[in-house]
This record gives sequence, C-alpha cells and structure tokens, in this order.
Amino acid sequence: MEFAELIKTPRVDNVVLHRPFYPAVEGTLCLTGHHLILSSRQDNTEELWLLHSNIDAIDKRFVGSLGTIIIKCKDFRIIQLDIPGMEECLNIASSIEALSTLDSITLMYPFFYRPMFEVIEDGWHSFLPEQEFELYSSATSEWRLSYVNKDFAVCASYPPIVTVPKSIDDEALRKVATFRHGGRFPVLSYYHKKNGMVIMRSGQPLTGTNGRRCKEDEKLINATLRAGKRGYIIDTRSLNVAQQARAKGGGFEQEAHYPQWRRIHKSIERYHILQESLIKLVEACNDQTHNMDRWLSKLEASNWLTHIKEILTAACLAAQCIDREGASILIHGTEGTDSTLQVTSLAQIILEPRSRTIRGFEALIEREWLQAGHPFQQRCAQSAYCNTKQKWEAPVFLLFLDCVWQILRQFPCSFEFNENFLIMLFEHAYASQFGTFLGNNESERCKLKLQQKTMSLWSWVNQPGELSQFTNPLFEANNLVIWPSVAPQSLPLWEGIFLRWNRSSKYLDEAYEEMVNIIEYNKELQAKVNILRRQLAELETEDGMQESP
Amino acid sequence: MEHIRTTKILHHHIASVEKLALTTSGCPLVIQCKNFRTVHFIVPRERDCHDIYNSLLQLSKQGKYEDLYAFSYNPKQNDSERLQGWQLIDLAEEYERMGVPNSHWQLSDANRDYKICETYPRELYVPRIASKPIIVGSSKFRSKGRFPVLSYYHQDKEAAICRCSQPLSGFSARCLEDEHLLQAISKANPVNRYMYVVDTRPKLNAMANRAAGKGYENEDNYSNIRFQFVGIENIHVMRSSLQKLLEVNGTKGLSVNDFYSGLESSGWLRHIKAVMDAAIFLARAITVENASVLVHCSDGWDRTSQVCSLGSLLLDSYYRTIKGFMVLIEKDWISFGHKFSERCGHLDGDPKEVSPVFTQFLECVWHLTEQFPQAFEFSEAFLLQIHEHIHSCQFGNFLGNCQKEREELKLKEKTYSLWPFLLEDQKKYLNPLYSSKSHRFTVLEPNTISFNFKFWRNMYHQFDRTLHPRQSVFNMIMNMNEQNKQLEKDIKDLESKIKQRKNKQTDGILTKELLHSVHPESPTLKTSLCFKEQTLLPVNDALRTIEGSSLADNRYSEYAEEFSKSEPAVVSLEYGVARMTC
Repeated sequence: MEFAELIKTPRVDNVVLHRPFYPAVEGTLCLTGHHLILSSRQDNTEELWLLHSNIDAIDKRFVGSLGTIIIKCKDFRIIQLDIPGMEECLNIASSIEALSTLDSITLMYPFFYRPMFEVIEDGWHSFLPEQEFELYSSATSEWRLSYVNKDFAVCASYPPIVTVPKSIDDEALRKVATFRHGGRFPVLSYYHKKNGMVIMRSGQPLTGTNGRRCKEDEKLINATLRAGKRGYIIDTRSLNVAQQARAKGGGFEQEAHYPQWRRIHKSIERYHILQESLIKLVEACNDQTHNMDRWLSKLEASNWLTHIKEILTAACLAAQCIDREGASILIHGTEGTDSTLQVTSLAQIILEPRSRTIRGFEALIEREWLQAGHPFQQRCAQSAYCNTKQKWEAPVFLLFLDCVWQILRQFPCSFEFNENFLIMLFEHAYASQFGTFLGNNESERCKLKLQQKTMSLWSWVNQPGELSQFTNPLFEANNLVIWPSVAPQSLPLWEGIFLRWNRSSKYLDEAYEEMVNIIEYNKELQAKVNILRRQLAELETEDGMQESP
Repeated sequence: MEHIRTTKILHHHIASVEKLALTTSGCPLVIQCKNFRTVHFIVPRERDCHDIYNSLLQLSKQGKYEDLYAFSYNPKQNDSERLQGWQLIDLAEEYERMGVPNSHWQLSDANRDYKICETYPRELYVPRIASKPIIVGSSKFRSKGRFPVLSYYHQDKEAAICRCSQPLSGFSARCLEDEHLLQAISKANPVNRYMYVVDTRPKLNAMANRAAGKGYENEDNYSNIRFQFVGIENIHVMRSSLQKLLEVNGTKGLSVNDFYSGLESSGWLRHIKAVMDAAIFLARAITVENASVLVHCSDGWDRTSQVCSLGSLLLDSYYRTIKGFMVLIEKDWISFGHKFSERCGHLDGDPKEVSPVFTQFLECVWHLTEQFPQAFEFSEAFLLQIHEHIHSCQFGNFLGNCQKEREELKLKEKTYSLWPFLLEDQKKYLNPLYSSKSHRFTVLEPNTISFNFKFWRNMYHQFDRTLHPRQSVFNMIMNMNEQNKQLEKDIKDLESKIKQRKNKQTDGILTKELLHSVHPESPTLKTSLCFKEQTLLPVNDALRTIEGSSLADNRYSEYAEEFSKSEPAVVSLEYGVARMTC
C-alpha cells in the first residue's frame, strides 16, 4: 500500500472541473493510486478519469481559500480544478505531483491494470520475429535469423533475435558489435521484394580520430550487395556533426574502407532541440490571443514542421535509393535508436503496402521501434509542459506519427487506419494502462516481465469492436510505392493533435460521420443489388426450366 | 514520350511574361497567370523566344473590350437561349425572396436612368420614408454619388445591411438629407432604434481622407448611430500583399521557415482575417442586437462589397447554395459596381487599379467551407471555377466596371452569361457532404482565432499537382454519391423486373424478350473510386492512377540533390513547371 502514504486527502467534495468544450461540472474529486477521478454523481454526466501518468505538470493558485489546480496533460490537454479549502488543495496538488512522477516502473498502472475485456489474441505474441522473417524468407535465402543476442550480451538495446546476412556467422557479429555504437551491428530492417534491395540499420561506426576499421563490419555490409552494385549509407547527421563525433570515439564509414558505398548526410535534429520545438509549438497553439503575425511567427519559430520536412525528406531519399536507384542502404545516426528509426520506418510506409494496414503498422512499430530499442521510457517521460527538462526527453515518436499523418493526408485512401489510430498511439506512448511502451528496450522489458505482468496494447486494439474506430472507411488496398510531397505548402500543422483541445471539431466530426454514412450506404446498396440480381437470375432459370419441357 | 500533354493557356489569363537569361539549352520564358499558374518554357532559339515574348505581351493586353474573348466566344446557342441564360439570375426576384418591398422598404426609381449614381444599378431599395429629395441630397454628400441603399434584408429580425460610399464630410461639413436618410434606415428597423455605421477602413486612412474633403460620419450629427472602424486595408496594400505571397511561394526549394515567414510578412492571412472579422461583426449586429448596419469604405465597391456579401452569406443559408452564391455575386459585386475589369486587369490599363479584392472574398468563403464542411452546397471547385472566369473574359458577366458600362457594351446581346454554364455542370461543383435539411447552419459563426486560417494551397498552387494530395477524398465521396444514386435506380429496376417475373410466372406467361433483358452488372461497381488523380477544376481528363506511382514523377530531384545530376536539364524540375519545349 505504497500509494496510501502519498495520498494525503483522498476525497474532496464540491470541486469544480473546467475542461475544453464542456460546461463546468461540480462534483467529488477522488484520488486513487493511479487515477484522478471527478464524479458529479448525477446521471448522464461523464466522469473524468485521468491517469496520473498522463499529468505532465501542475500549477496551483489561490484566491482566498479557493484553490485552483491547473493540470497540464501529456496529451496537451489542460484542465482546471477549483478546490474549496486551501489545505485540501495543497494536499491534492502534492499528491498528484508525487503520483505522477513515480520513480519505479513497477508501480506504474499497467502492473495493476486488470482488463475488463476478454483477451482473444495475446498481443505479446502477435508479432514474433520468426513470423516476420517468414514474410521474407519465401523471397530470399540470403538472410538468416541470428540468436547471438539471446541474452542481450552482444547488444543491450537489440532484441534477442535479429536478421543478418546468411554468410556472416555469429562470431563475426560479435566483432562487428564492438565496432558499432552501443553494440548495434548492422541488421536487416526491410527487404524490398520488388527488387531484393534492403534497408539495414545500425549505430555509428567507432572509427575515432585515428580511423579505426573493422574488416568484419566491411564484410558484413558488403555481403548485402549484389555483384558490381553500389550501396548507399545514409547518415542522419550532417557531415560536420559526424566528423565531430570522431573526437568522442564515434565517426562514419571512410570511403577508402567502404569503396562500394556512397555516403549521404541528411541532417535530422535530435534530443533537446526536438523537445524545445514541441514546447514552443504547443505554447503557440495554446495561446488563442495571438494575432495572425504572431501566430505565424511562433509557428515558424517552433521549427516543428521543419523537422517534419527533414525527416520525411530523408525517408523519401531512402525509399528512392531502394526503389528508383535499385540500391541497398544502411542507415545510422549516432546511437541508431532515434532518427535512424524514423527514417527506416517511414521508408517502409512509403515502400511497403503492408505497413499501411493496421496489423502491418502495428508490426512496424513492434519491429522498428519497440524491438529496435527506441528508448520510449526515456523519450516519453515528459511532454510539452514539464519544467524539469532532461536531455533524454524528445518527441521522436510523435514526430514519426506526425510524418505518417502527413503521408496519410496526401494518400487518404492508401491506409487501413485513420488519424484516430495515430492519436491513440501517441497517447499510449506517453501514458497507458498497457505495458507495451514501458521500458527502453527488449532487455528491460524482459527483466520487468511485462509479458507476464501487464497487458499488451495490441490485445486491446485488435479486438474487432475496438478496431472499428481506428479503421479508415476510405481504404482501398494498393500495391504502389507512394511518394509524398515534402514542399512546405503540402505539410500542414497536425490539427488533430495540436489544436485538439483548442478548437471544437464538432462540425468536422459531423462531416466525417456523414462521409462514413455515405460509404456505409454504398455497401448496403451494393449488397442489396447483388441479392436482387441473384433473385432475378433464379426466377429466370425457373422460367427457363418451365419453358424447356 | 508515352503521351503528349498539351498545355493551354488563355491569353487573358497571362499576368506577366518574363524572358530570363539565355542558357545552354535555350532561352527560358516564364509566364505567370492570373489563376496563379506559372509556366516555364525553354525556347531553343533566342530569336524565336523574343518573337513569342512580344506576341504574348501584345495578346495578353487588349486595348478595348470588343477584342476580349467573350465577344468572339460562341457556345453554339441561339439568341433566345442566350437571353434565357442572362435571365437566370434575377435580382428583383432576389429582393422579393428577402421580403422587400414591404412596409418599410421600397423600390426607388431615383436612379432609373443612372442619373444619381452611374456606378449603381438602376433598381435600388431604400426606406419607404426616404423621399426623392432626401436621396438626391444624400447622394451629393457621398463619394461618387453612392448614397446608402439596401444590400440585404433580414426578414426575421427586420434588420438590414445597407451600403454606401464615404461621406464628403471633410472636417466639419454635414448634410441634413444624408442624416435624414440614415435616420430613415434606422427607423425602418422597428425593433432596434440604433444602427451601426461600419467604416471598413483603418481609422488612420479614414482620417486622412478628411483632408481631401471626404471622411466618415460624425456621431454627433447623426442620431442613433454607433460608429465603428474595422480596419481592412486598401486595394494597393492587398495587391502588394498578394504579390509578396506569390513571390514566396514561387521560390525554388522553399524551406518551411521561409514559407511561414513569407506568409507572415505578406500579411495575406491577416487581411483575410480582417475581412472575416468585419463580416462577423455585421452578422452579430443583426442576430444578437437586432440592429441594422450601414457599411462603407471609400468608394464602397471593394471592401464594402466584401463585407456586405460575406455578412449576408453568414446570415442566410440561401447564399450557400450554388444558385444563391451566383445571386450573391450578381447582387453585391456585379450590380453594385465592383470594378471587375479594372481590378482584374481585363484591359491594358492602370496597373495600380488591379487588386485581388474578389479573390479575397472567395478565399474567405473557402475558409468557411473548411470550418463548416456541411454548410455549403458547393465545393471548392466551384470557387476555383468562378475565380478562373473572372479573369478568362470568356463570359460577359465580369466585363466592365458597372452596370451602366455593361449596358453600353451590349453584353447581353453580344456575350454569354457564365451562370447557366456553371449550373448545367453543377454536378461537378456539388459538395457531397452538404446537408441542406439541417437548421443548425442558419447563421454561421466561424472561429477566427489565427490558427484557423490556413494557406489556400488549392488556389495558389492549383496547377502544381505534385503539391496536392495524390488521392482525393472529395472526389471519392462525390463519385460514391453518384454511384449510390445509380444503385438506387438499379434496385428499383431489379425490383420491378422481379415483380414482373413473379406476376408473369403466376400468369404462366413468358416472354422471351425479358430473358434477354437481364440487367448487366453495373460497370460502375467495378471501377476503383479513389485512384484518380485529383483535379481541382473539373476537366475532362482521362482518369489516371495516383501520381506517386508514375516514373515521371518530377519531385524525383527534390529529395536529394545528389541524384539530380542524372536528370536531363532541359526544364528546371521545379514543381508547377510544365515540361515543355517549344
């Protein structure tokens, strides 16, 4: 009962809740270990259930004995609670603060959450590496699964099973791991069935100032090239940054040692620069008093859409190498856990129709983000409102989702999922009842025994009843490569995320519903036509039989 | 070349022609169009380029109306069809729809022969108690004789939107007739005694006008008026704002930051918001306070037209239908003398008279369609098509600067009206999500917080296909709506056939004919609905697959300069560039 100590006042009456688009509600505020609950105890009024872990920051102020707590959530929502009584207010505030910043992962809600639904398919087993590999293995025999990392000894941030060139044995992989940042030796990220070209990803090579080389590393990546073909290495840092990395033992592939590879630098920002960008953007969106000039200049100054353009451009370049140039690529930045994954996963969205389906996209997130060791726990610890900025916090995953949304907007019929699906993933990456996004890599997740102790997000999402809200009614599968435009005129602000709590979407939602109705009606009519046609045909054959004798 | 695309540009659409420095592959020629299309040509021989350049310069600038396309355009209609076309929009009918004449408002014959005001229409509605001497007196006190008249009458509220030009008040002049006329307008509203006088100019501009003997109403001289400035900039500011906007957007390899700082410094969206806010002020005065409003700017044909028409559109859902929108343009823009020919530069004239005032109005409407996707019967394509035709000079509607001039040009005899052609094609402009039944949309209350205003890509980059979504939800829903209608018909057919069959079976009669008339599978069912290249303006284009799949994708070089070397450099591969060589 660790939580009881943190909850000084579990219950306050006559609290008034203010939140966007709803009239103020008066009710009873309750604090539990994981939730802040406000209930008006009237029929038909929705209650507020807020996960403590969704709270990014709180402000409190007093007018006389009436206290006000302003709660800023990680999903950018801001709600206000008016609490009578200074002591109650202070108690509530300090409890929320403590409960929303629990140190121990095992105290988080997913470890306590008991699902109210029957698990039909356990999401923890929905996307096994072996199954994913089978999708390729029918097309190629040049790759194999390696279990060299089964106890996470070779690379702490890799999963136990990785896909590597068949001709490279585990011993060589161990050597290559010592030459790559964080032990992240080059592994297969994507196999383009159309022409057999591949995307590999890794950490930066540890060449250092004296130009260290590693024969096994060269052999490994050369093993992926067809005879006489060249490949591309996309470094997600500018040349300058990559050169500076040598002083810290990192570096990039020297032309002399990798003569079959051409290196391209595409600078994508990382860490605090991204976090600051998010903070500025959310601040700009939340201030409704801005005049036009100020709004536009704030939007520009946030640089958010510049980052979107940079990431998308790099992803398009990668896809272009594969599909147009017919060349394999290796992608890395420094660690290979952030911008690298943005590029590899977006390139797959562009190239691979399967990744534009719901299950395919889930598999992509599982493969390219969770198993690939994107440190969700660190990156999503705080959101746009938190004052204690840690250098490991960064909206890398949100940027990825925004990029996917941009492509979805440009190809609205090519995705099986809709915007709500992306918004849902954003929410759960920052605060969730499910264990999926806990921990920073597979090794940590194993230690936390998440599979045994928590529920997978996919177990919930993939229920037919839930899926319907995430399904794009316009979806029509296509096997094409889809090339998005990266011109600034084509990259709008993602209003569904950033203006979600700042303007009513009532009319837009109603229009969306109408669209769904038209599509549903179309299906209905088609079904009816088919039935009638069959009926008519039957009658005609009957007639024919009557006629023939 | 698998297929040869031809690019057609109307000479009237040419805004500017520019010859750039000679390159190795030829002489580049850049044509900027009034519909915001930019076309780059490479002419191999400099001599030819020079000739083309000169010819285009001459052809794009006509000296007199009779040389404009409308006078030679022949859609193969006879005289009575043409006349019928011109009668499609009848403003007398429109005023009747609004509920005038009535006990407070009457039709005045004061301007029947354009004697009082040349730039007004013949038929004007004024308060019943305003006598002719009052009208004449007031018109002498108003710039260009444009005295206060009715623009829109709100039947439920019995309140009116009236329009005029600025008073010739200078620093102290007053006019009793004008004061009387304003009083008559406020008296014509039985519910609310005070009325708003909205000067759409920035206060500074209005004050500067006083030195020239013009100005604005002095609240002390008029009883029961509430005076208000709304701060919309003048035509010159708007012209350079658009110029700036287009400059920024035409930049090669535009960065996100340059785009937004350009958008900001152009001031374009600020101006759009100002027009919208003014219209909202009007609508609120009427719906919330039940007060009549009199709107003016300087001459009362630019900003006043914008604000009056947009205000009416917010108030009255009729103007949000296809026909109603035509009526609105006829009323507040064409009949009240918005100087289309000067503002659009139809003839070779003063470039300082050119200004995108009407474009701004269309953009405001577009913003409303974005906020209220179900409130409009028409779609964006309708707005774009109208914009196309204010410049095309193909139809007579927008030629000339006022009704009198149009009559003198005998436009109704010599040219055709645009509206019947649009109406005939209205399927192309229908909004599939339009909900006419709903009364929620009686009065639109748009949100004008800055973040609601977005750059209208489909207007300013209409022809830069690569910038647009490659699949159009809109087209898909529209086609599906069409298909649903066809299916409903099919179902009826099938049902009646089945019924017939059953009857015949019971009757024991068989006809061979029926056996062969089995309805074939509707071909519409088989076609994919969404993989059509989006065309904003409906054109009879063959349906193509989504552009992203074509190898000729011209954004190839945009992602990485590294590869662009391999690309033949005949035409610069900027977006919006026609791949053409002459």
